[in-house]
Amino acid sequence: MKPGLFSFFNRVGAWVLLLFLVTPALIAIPVSLTPKRFLSMPQGEYSLRHFEKLFTSEEWLSSFFQSGVIALSCSALATLLGTLCAIGLWRVSSRYSELVRAFLLLPLIIPQIISAMAFYRLWIPLGLLDSYAGLILAHTILAAPMVLITVSASLATFDPKLEQASKNLGASNWTTMRRVILPSIRPGVFAGALFAFILSWDEIVVTLFISKYSVYTLPRRMWNGIRENTDPTVAAAAVILIAITLIAFAVSAILSRRNAPAQAE
Amino acid sequence: MQALNRHIHTGWLIIAPLLLMVVALYLGPILNILWLSVTDPEPGFGNYAKLTEGDALIRIVWTTVRICIITTVFSVIFGYSIAYAMVHCHQRQKTYMLTLLLVSFWISILVRTFAWLMLLGRKGLVNVTLEDIGLVAEPIAFMRNELGVLIGMVHYMIPYAVLPLLVSMQSIDQRVMDASRNLGASGSQTFWRVYLPMTMPGLVASTLLVFILSLGFYVTPAVLGGGKVLMVAEYISVQLLVTLKWGTAAMLAAIMLFGVLAMLWIMSRFMKLSTVFGGAAR
Repeated sequence: MKPGLFSFFNRVGAWVLLLFLVTPALIAIPVSLTPKRFLSMPQGEYSLRHFEKLFTSEEWLSSFFQSGVIALSCSALATLLGTLCAIGLWRVSSRYSELVRAFLLLPLIIPQIISAMAFYRLWIPLGLLDSYAGLILAHTILAAPMVLITVSASLATFDPKLEQASKNLGASNWTTMRRVILPSIRPGVFAGALFAFILSWDEIVVTLFISKYSVYTLPRRMWNGIRENTDPTVAAAAVILIAITLIAFAVSAILSRRNAPAQAE
Repeated sequence: MQALNRHIHTGWLIIAPLLLMVVALYLGPILNILWLSVTDPEPGFGNYAKLTEGDALIRIVWTTVRICIITTVFSVIFGYSIAYAMVHCHQRQKTYMLTLLLVSFWISILVRTFAWLMLLGRKGLVNVTLEDIGLVAEPIAFMRNELGVLIGMVHYMIPYAVLPLLVSMQSIDQRVMDASRNLGASGSQTFWRVYLPMTMPGLVASTLLVFILSLGFYVTPAVLGGGKVLMVAEYISVQLLVTLKWGTAAMLAAIMLFGVLAMLWIMSRFMKLSTVFGGAAR
C-alpha cells in the first residue's frame, strides 16, 4: 500500500496516543515540588521538602526496604523455579507438557482479585498473613509464569542438537545444564528475573489482602497516600518510582542490545 | 530410578517444584472458593439465587460488564491505530514508538492512578486549564463517575491491546496488499476486505485479552470511581475485608472465573496463548 493520506493521519494519531500514554505520569514532578503541606500545583515557588521527608521518614524508608527484600526474593525464587520448569517442559515436549504449560500460565491471566481471594483464603489457616514469607510466596506464584514465558522464548531458538552433542562428549546432565543450556538462554533468564522483580515491586491487589501492619510494602503505602489524598510525599515517591522505571528500562535496553549482536554471530 | 525413567521423562523432575507449588498454593484455594460459593453460608445455590433477588448485585455485574465493554472497544481501536502505524513506518520511528509504549507499560499502576487523580479532580490541572482559557465555566466532573474510571482504564489497557495486534500485523506478507492494489482494489477496499480480515486473529486475541484484564481490575475503579462506581472486584474486596461474607464474594468470583476461562478457550482457537503474552512455545 502506498503511504496515503489515511496512513499519514493515522501515524499522527498514533503519536498523539503514545504521548497520551506517557505524559500524564509526569504531573507527579511539579506536584512533588510544591512548597505547601497539601497536594497542589506549585505557584512560582518550589521546594524539595517532600523529597526530604520521603528520605527521612522511617515509614517510607522501611517500605522501600521491605519492597526491595520481597521483590528480590520473589525474583530469585521465581527465576529458579520458572527456569527449571521451562527447561523441563522443553525437554519433555509432549501433549501433557503443553497442557501443564497452559495451566502454569493461569496465574498471569486469572483476575488479580480472584488470586488475592485465593491467597487470603489459604494464608489464614497457614498463618502466613502479614508475613514476608506469605508475600514472597504469593508474588512468586504470580511471577513465575513470566519467567516461564521469557525462558521458553529463549529455548525456542536453542538447537537441541547442542544438548545431544554435549552428552555424547561425556558431559553429565548437570554439566550440560550449567555449561551448555544456561549460557545460551541467559537473555531469557535475565528478562524473566527483571519482569518478576517489577511484578512484585509494583503488586498491590494481592498485597492489600494479605498484608496488614508488620509488612507494609511501597505500593501499599502509596495506596494509602492516594486514598488519603493530602500528603504530597506520595508525589515525591511517585517521582522516584518513575525514575527507577526509566533506569530499569534503560538497563534492559542496553542489555538486550548487547545480547542481540552476540546471538547474531 | 532406571525403571522409572523408562516410563516418565526425567524432565518432569524439574517441572515438579513449580507445578506442585501452583497446585497446592493456588489451584487448591481457588477450588475451595468455588466450593464455598455453593456451601457458604448453607449448602445449595442460595448465593447464585441472590442475583435474581433484588437488583443491587445485578446492577454491580451490569456496571462491570458495561465498563469493560466500553474500555475494550476504545482500547482496541486505539491499539489498532498504534500497531498499524508502528508496522508501517521506518525502523527508527518504530523504535521510538515501541520505547514510548513499553515505558508506559512499565510505569507503576499506582503512579498512573495518582497522576489521574491530580489531573482530573475538580481543581485538577485539566479543569484549571480549561477554565483559564475560558472553555468551560464550571469544572467538569471527571472523577467519582464512570467517565473517570473509563479514562483511567483505557489508558492502562492500550499497551495490552497493542501487543497481540503487533504480533499479528508483523506476520502479514506485504505483497498480498500489493497484489490487491494491482488487481484494481482501492486503498480502502484493500484495507477493509484484505488487511482487516487478515489481522482478525490478532484483533480477537487483543479484544479478549483487554476484556479479561478489565473484568478483574481493582485499583483504578476504586480510586477514580471514588465509591460512586461499584464494580465486581471492589465489591468482592468489601465483602471479604469488611462484611466478611465469603459466600456472595465466592459466587461472584466463580462467575468471573468461568467467564474468563470461557474467553480463554475462545481465544486459544484463534491464537496460541503463549504468543499473546509475547513468548513462544517450541
